[in-house]
Amino acid sequence: MAAFLEVQNLVKSFGTNTVVKGVNFAFDKGEFISLLGPSGCGKTTILRMIAGFERPTSGAIRVDGDDITTLKPNERKLGMVFQAYALFPNMTVGDNIGFGLKIAGMGPEERRARVEEMLKLIGLPGFEKRYPYEMSGGQQQRVALARAIAPKPRLLLLDEPLSALDAKIRVSLREEIRAIQRDLGITTVFVTHDQEEAMSISDRIVVMNAGNIDQIGAPRDIYNRPATRFVASFVGHLNTLPETAFGPNRAIRPELFSLTPRPDTDTTLSGTVSDVGFLGSVVRLRIDVNGTPISIDTFNGNATAPPQRGDTVTLHLASKDVLTLGA
Amino acid sequence: MHRASFPHPSHEWSGTSPLMGEARRGWGNPHSVRIMASSPTPRRIPWDSLAVFPFVIFAVMFLFLPTLSLFGAAFTDRAGNFTFENIAGLFTDQIMSAYWISIRISGASALLGALIGLAITLAIIRGKLPQGLRSAVMTFSGVASNFAGVPLAFAFIATLGRLGLATIVLRTLFDFDIYRQGGFNLFSFWGLTLTYLYFQIPLMMLTIAPAIDGLKKEWNEAAQTLGASTWQFWRYIGFPILWPSVLGTLSLLFANAFGAIATAWALTGSNLNIVTVLLYNQIRGDALQNPGLGAALAVGMILITSLANVIYLVVAARAERWMK
Amino acid sequence: MKSQKFWAWLVFGLGAAYFIVPLLATFEFSLRMRRGEYSFDAYASVFADPKFAASFSYSVIVGLFTIVVGMFVVVPAVYFVRLRMPWLRPFMEFVTLLPLVIPALVLVYGYIRLYGSSSLIPFTGSILGTDILLTCAYVTLAMPYMYRAVDNGMRTIDIGTLTEAAQIMGASQMRIITSIILPNILVAILSGAFLTFAIVIGEFTIASLLNRPAFGPYLVGIGTNRAYEPAALAIISFIITWGAMGMINVLGRFAPRTYARTD
Repeated sequence: MAAFLEVQNLVKSFGTNTVVKGVNFAFDKGEFISLLGPSGCGKTTILRMIAGFERPTSGAIRVDGDDITTLKPNERKLGMVFQAYALFPNMTVGDNIGFGLKIAGMGPEERRARVEEMLKLIGLPGFEKRYPYEMSGGQQQRVALARAIAPKPRLLLLDEPLSALDAKIRVSLREEIRAIQRDLGITTVFVTHDQEEAMSISDRIVVMNAGNIDQIGAPRDIYNRPATRFVASFVGHLNTLPETAFGPNRAIRPELFSLTPRPDTDTTLSGTVSDVGFLGSVVRLRIDVNGTPISIDTFNGNATAPPQRGDTVTLHLASKDVLTLGA
Repeated sequence: MHRASFPHPSHEWSGTSPLMGEARRGWGNPHSVRIMASSPTPRRIPWDSLAVFPFVIFAVMFLFLPTLSLFGAAFTDRAGNFTFENIAGLFTDQIMSAYWISIRISGASALLGALIGLAITLAIIRGKLPQGLRSAVMTFSGVASNFAGVPLAFAFIATLGRLGLATIVLRTLFDFDIYRQGGFNLFSFWGLTLTYLYFQIPLMMLTIAPAIDGLKKEWNEAAQTLGASTWQFWRYIGFPILWPSVLGTLSLLFANAFGAIATAWALTGSNLNIVTVLLYNQIRGDALQNPGLGAALAVGMILITSLANVIYLVVAARAERWMK
Repeated sequence: MKSQKFWAWLVFGLGAAYFIVPLLATFEFSLRMRRGEYSFDAYASVFADPKFAASFSYSVIVGLFTIVVGMFVVVPAVYFVRLRMPWLRPFMEFVTLLPLVIPALVLVYGYIRLYGSSSLIPFTGSILGTDILLTCAYVTLAMPYMYRAVDNGMRTIDIGTLTEAAQIMGASQMRIITSIILPNILVAILSGAFLTFAIVIGEFTIASLLNRPAFGPYLVGIGTNRAYEPAALAIISFIITWGAMGMINVLGRFAPRTYARTD
């Protein structure tokens, strides 16, 4: 099946500084893709090139077969949601959402109906006459989402839409976004630096590092089979195992240890507990194994108490779970 | 009086956009200032009141009292009794026409100053001109908005007077005599208005620049993703948002021109009968032969400039609301 | 995009012409004193005129006093209102608004009536008194700008939090003011000072009505008698104002900043 969103050899340089170093990917219609990476890795630049706000130094961008690389932003028929909501302050919620429709020439009656539909979709029915300054951040962002999808764009772009919101809202809103996206089937590109965010809602993740793509894959694959050391340490916790016992560049995820032997475990490590963090459902132990810090995650068990600081513990692990890190 | 203005460095801190922009922003907008818990031990020196004392004294002695005294004088006749006759005395041809000319000049210079200032500021900030230009222009605006009185009058005489540089250049290069063929006269209503623009335009630029800065880049981008052209952005979003600030600054410019005297005195002297010149002559030499009338004249001026400023405040507060 | 840039340059160009041409014309005129050739004779004449030095230094001195008095009036008030008496703030904002609403001409009229030689506080009864009145009038004119500068300066460095931090560490009120507050708002104060200076140097209305030998009335006087010197003076006063404003810009670079660098 031909890809819906295709990016070929995309390069962006600002003077002598190359921010995006030749990037390729292809995604199918209806996929929810995250561009994940630390600040400065180029993810926002790529999004802005797709939107049309930055001109690529070289390379091509195709949406549904059309080459949009040279099109102006207002010709691309995309929807975009910004980190700072960017709702037009002089317009009501209804006018904001209906703006794209108005520009497209839709009549007032039709517009009203569609705005109502959108408001119901984002869970804010009856908000037509409100102004942005009267609403909370979460509400504004939802309106921004409605505004972006009202004209039925073929691609939805989200530029760190949750970064400006409170933690709790962030979690509930990202799930809402995902639910709406699934309902409508819009291909979506989501930029974030929060790996938990990316992992929880994406179909596939593009992990970026200093202008290059380190890995593209489903969340499970990225987590369990990281392609590079960068991906392994950026996504989730990583324990570097002592070289003497395991060889160089070996690591393992914290939840793959256990304090008691399991059928598949074949190796042990022992050390002293240096810290116990009770995070609710998870108990995170920091263990000193001959100078190497290892952190392990175990589930909270009602019956058994977790080890105390200073206790000596034996950690069981399976060799097959050990990751060999690439570059 | 003309308003001095800050230049507009790109830093926020120095209260650049002349107080008007900033003052209004603080107006009625409760700052989250910490209120210190009063300490249990009694302080020997009442720092608080002591600190504010000079300010209050100043305000009373040099703002409130003089103004009140003028109001009082306006309603007092020579014998010291309360009267309306001074106010009534304002309604003579000479004085009414003075007010009317002042209003017209202030209106014309405010309107033109606002439009031209807006155009130039838009050009600098959003016209994709080189970055350094803005800083230089804003500093120049700070200087130009202060450049009034005799130096300004003389500069325009040297430029557009009968023997002015521009007049001569236009005559020799383009064979166009602005005086004979164009009917222009520097020492007239339009001459003065043109001269006033020299400090009105910069004042507009300094005041409106922050408002234009406030047009977030994201709004433009969001509008574009929704299919809007540049013109559509300005029509539905840009201008509607700027409009209150422009209107408010118009009032500011009006009040500024209305109270100006030095430039008019230097340029048109007593030929153009504007209110400030009338008042100046009254103060100088009792031109009206009636101190009470002079006070009434002053009170009339205060009312007009106050009205303009109230309009400014109200409109600015409205614009504030959106931008929160 | 291209056409947008064209219009921008066109508008800018026309604007620049309007502002620069008069300056050029004035400068050109000021060079014409000597018949037949360009020279700086007009400037020489101005600088040689004893009244120039006298009136200019008079205005400078008055300006300095204005700045000092203005500081003493504004700075403590702003500080304490920010910190302990926020309810006074609307009053302060209103007061600093008044000099902009009430034209200077009207203000000085009020002063002459109220503080004339036959009144309770006869400022104008003596020369020193009139000088004091003049200074106070200028403080009033400059107050909005002084207030705005200092207030913004204090807001930017969040004077409230700084004071609390210092108090917890045991500093006395005096020490807080001298070691913490003043150094941090110095730039703001200097900014206000330069603006005040610019206002005072060019002021005409009040000085002439109070009959004091300031630079403003001197300019007007020269204008009525001489031909080329006024042009030279116009250029000189423009340069002085430009210098003051430029200083404010330069000072801006030394302003204390409180935002952290982003990683």
